[in-house]
Amino acid sequence: MREYETVIGLEVHCELATKTKIFCGCTTEFGGEPNTHVCPVCAGMPGTLPVLNKQVVEYALSAGVALNCDITQYCKFDRKNYFYPDLPKAYQISQLYLPICRNGHVDIEVDGVKKSIGIHEIHMEEDAGKLIHDEWEDCTIVDYNRCGVPLIEIVSEPDMRSADEVIVYLEKLRMILQYLGVSDCKMQEGSLRADINLSVREKGSDKLGTRTEMKNMNSFKAIARAIEGEMNRQIELLEKGKSVTQETRRWDDNKCASYAMRSKEDAQDYRYFPDPDLPPISISDAWLERVKAAQPEMRDAKCARYVKEYGLTEHDAAILTESRKMADIFEAAAAICTKPKEVSNWLMVDTMRLLKVHEMDAADLKFSPEHLAKLIELLDAGTINRPTARDVFEKVFAENVDPEAYVEANGLKIEADDGALKGVIEEIVAANPQSVADYHAGKKKAIGFLVGQTMKAMKGKADPGTVNKILAEILNQ
Amino acid sequence: MEITALTALELGKKIKAGEVTVEEAVKAQLEKIKERDGVYNCYVTVMEEEALKRAKEVQKRIDAGELDDSPLAGVPVAIKDNICTKGVLTTCSSKILNNFKPPYDAAVIEKLEAAGAVIIGKVNMDEFAMGSTTETSYFGPTKNPWNTERVPGGSSGGAAAAVAAEEAWYALGSDTGGSIRQPSSFCGVTGLKPTYGSVSRYGLIAYASSLDQIGPIARNVSDCAAVFEAIAGYDVKDSTSVKMDDYHFTEALVDDVKGLRIGIPKEYLGEGLDPEVKEAILAAAKTLEEKGAIVEMFDMDMVDYAIPAYYVIASAEASSNLSRFDGVKYGYRTPDFEDLQDVYKKTRDEGFGMEVKRRMMIGAFVLSSGYYDAYYIKALQVKALIKKGFDEAFAKYDIILGPTAPTTALKMGENLSDPLKMYLGDIYTVSVNLAGLPGISLPCGIDSDGLPIGVQMIGQAFSEKTLIRAAYSLEQTRSYERPACVKGEN
Amino acid sequence: MAITDETIEYVAALAKLDLTDEEKERAKKDLGNIIGYVDTMNQLDTTGIEPMSHVFAYHNVFREDVVTNGSDRDNILANAPEEKDGGFKVPRTVE
Repeated sequence: MREYETVIGLEVHCELATKTKIFCGCTTEFGGEPNTHVCPVCAGMPGTLPVLNKQVVEYALSAGVALNCDITQYCKFDRKNYFYPDLPKAYQISQLYLPICRNGHVDIEVDGVKKSIGIHEIHMEEDAGKLIHDEWEDCTIVDYNRCGVPLIEIVSEPDMRSADEVIVYLEKLRMILQYLGVSDCKMQEGSLRADINLSVREKGSDKLGTRTEMKNMNSFKAIARAIEGEMNRQIELLEKGKSVTQETRRWDDNKCASYAMRSKEDAQDYRYFPDPDLPPISISDAWLERVKAAQPEMRDAKCARYVKEYGLTEHDAAILTESRKMADIFEAAAAICTKPKEVSNWLMVDTMRLLKVHEMDAADLKFSPEHLAKLIELLDAGTINRPTARDVFEKVFAENVDPEAYVEANGLKIEADDGALKGVIEEIVAANPQSVADYHAGKKKAIGFLVGQTMKAMKGKADPGTVNKILAEILNQ
Repeated sequence: MEITALTALELGKKIKAGEVTVEEAVKAQLEKIKERDGVYNCYVTVMEEEALKRAKEVQKRIDAGELDDSPLAGVPVAIKDNICTKGVLTTCSSKILNNFKPPYDAAVIEKLEAAGAVIIGKVNMDEFAMGSTTETSYFGPTKNPWNTERVPGGSSGGAAAAVAAEEAWYALGSDTGGSIRQPSSFCGVTGLKPTYGSVSRYGLIAYASSLDQIGPIARNVSDCAAVFEAIAGYDVKDSTSVKMDDYHFTEALVDDVKGLRIGIPKEYLGEGLDPEVKEAILAAAKTLEEKGAIVEMFDMDMVDYAIPAYYVIASAEASSNLSRFDGVKYGYRTPDFEDLQDVYKKTRDEGFGMEVKRRMMIGAFVLSSGYYDAYYIKALQVKALIKKGFDEAFAKYDIILGPTAPTTALKMGENLSDPLKMYLGDIYTVSVNLAGLPGISLPCGIDSDGLPIGVQMIGQAFSEKTLIRAAYSLEQTRSYERPACVKGEN
Repeated sequence: MAITDETIEYVAALAKLDLTDEEKERAKKDLGNIIGYVDTMNQLDTTGIEPMSHVFAYHNVFREDVVTNGSDRDNILANAPEEKDGGFKVPRTVE
């Protein structure tokens, strides 16, 4: 068999984190009963007109700057014309001739090898509606709630050569977009979707093979499998002496196979032209400078700062900054309780463990940094002990409870009355002569048993250090 | 004199003075519609019940002094059927929207209602405003009140005919390539196509978005100025809407053209122009000169290219704008379908008339892969040159004057079979839309067939006040002529 | 330019029109005439002229990112030829 090389380019659609749709004042909130986030404008009613949401331009610029793009300072919207029920105007307002950003790049690293993935362009456009297939009646129901939600489409150059590179590129892209706050990039809600353009060619050839496109992939795992599957399918075809057909294919992740989408009977001739309803956008130098100045601190800078400012290890700083959400919680909690290392520990150990248990993404963290800081303060003040703190944290993690109120309500405070504690210890000592004898015989470990008994008697509400101290005093009297 | 023969402002005054109630006005108009519309077919929908209900509400507001600043308060108005009226049929005179009741009001409707207008009905038009005769309407042609064998012009033919036949005091039309001015000319009334962006297009069902503009059709310049004052204004819902410095258009109703520089493009008097129309236009120019204006002829080269550029741009935009009529969300759906493609193709084939289909196909063609640069981009370049030509002309002149149309009202059916011939009739009007300028058509004579002749004046962008002053001054030199039918001579 | 049968089929498909043979013949003739006339634009030299998509040089017309609309489903669906479960009903879209 000949040796092949896979050539992959991505078109990533990313729903922006605006409150309202791109051309009307409807909410972008996810979910909702069908057609309840819809007005005459986004339903494409005759006579309605679009008015551009300024925040969409701000977010697109922010993404363009972060992805090292040239900004098109005079840009326009174009209409892309085609018929489909999820597109109520029968044209999508998008950008073809003058997209807002061009010529950027994203640097990735796979297995220690650094590589730059080119960004061909970023353009702004509106999302389409949702088609719900009713199997029972064999019909389709159209819901326009998502219709008009703003998107940026990030079109890469065909610079990727493997599924690994694609995944690393996507993860990097997601991290950048989340850091910028331009999108929540939740793949399961469709706010980050990728179309994969893939072709294979004999290694060493500089001519591109015929490519296929797989649309709307929305999980990293599915993307990796789809790439492997499509690569193998194309290589098999070429090995059999057949040729690859340029077409759009759908990846069925359950069957681990792709199939050609029935080619639409009309030609793909979108008849783009400038949308007469929307005046052009002019981005002044001053505006662009303002966007640049307002860019948030990105991961690399944050990571370095954590090492320098908080004395964290590079490893810890890297993990904490993997998601913007985690980093934000870290900084806010550290600022309140002034114990960055302790905060870091709670995030690195307990939080990471719970995320794994609940199969959650760091972006989904719900607890407030104030509550984590308060928990650390309670522990530090000796109000609760560490095992109790870990139990309370589970509640903070799951329900964002106020740890102070929770400890109070559930009577989890350490008994501060040393007299009462001393009484309990004396009883334990009296009830366990063998352990006392062992201790005096030099088996110092016997004290551990006595501490355990005491903690049990105190129902955990004692500080093990204090118990140890009092025990030693009594035994050594 | 019957109140239906008054101008809108005259009626408004009588209502304010308590000489006529709003209800009386509405009833008088409804009666005329009942009496005459069987012949002229101006209306698609008469809103008898709504208008009578609304008359009472408006009367209360007038009596409470809430509408003292509104000279048109209580005066009924007819609305072209491509302007959305909430809950009231808005059909674009097309089968495909024959059952469409918009869920919202157009911005101009909100403005008119705030000013105390009473909408009395929706008026006929060429289907989707594509045509110059009102013969392409799904609801049958409108007839010219001056001669029922003639067309009223189009596409706002129902609006112009209703005003002429005194079935409406005034109407709102829309003008994409002459659709207010040309029917006004054919029906002997006055129509103003305002500067692009001065009146909100929100709620106007688009034909060609870069050219469409709503404007008034009325019996004289004063009424047009008053209506324009009521409907003009910046609208946050229309991104192409423009804020003007001055909205006091009625202040420009002054009989004074001294020193006004008027240019007549030689090309507007050339081949194809009816001699009687030419004579009337030159006479109007002479009149203005006698009143102190400076009138000159000049060359305007681009005239021949305006129609090709217009049809490319308008058809391209129309093909996109009219794609939403697909049988899914509103309007007509074919009863006979098996799959989605059937719903699309049969609905559209059955729902649209031939002229609309023709323009959608031209539009699809000029935008299609391989032809975009040669046709669409070329047309946008021609548009740029036409705009430049006007800019140069307006460096020398305040007003450009010429005919509105090459002829007076055509015979019914005359142009229906030859679309190209029909398109050529738009020669003097389309370039105004391409350049976004204001234009007005007002009567300036009657030809030997007894049909009205219209003169067109074109102004600089946003200089409606100058345009209104010039038109008003010319209007003062002759009296309004009513068609024979309304004078009871038929 | 001459408009061929293929061109008519193609533009009719783009415009989603199911034309009869008679309509196609007529469209071929009409479009041929009209496009032929439109070709007169080519007599005009437009080299270097910037195509004018918007007649006035206004730009940057924006709205603020503030929710202004609530649910209006009944109004939105009021004109639907067919509705089901709060949505517009269409024949099954093919995959």
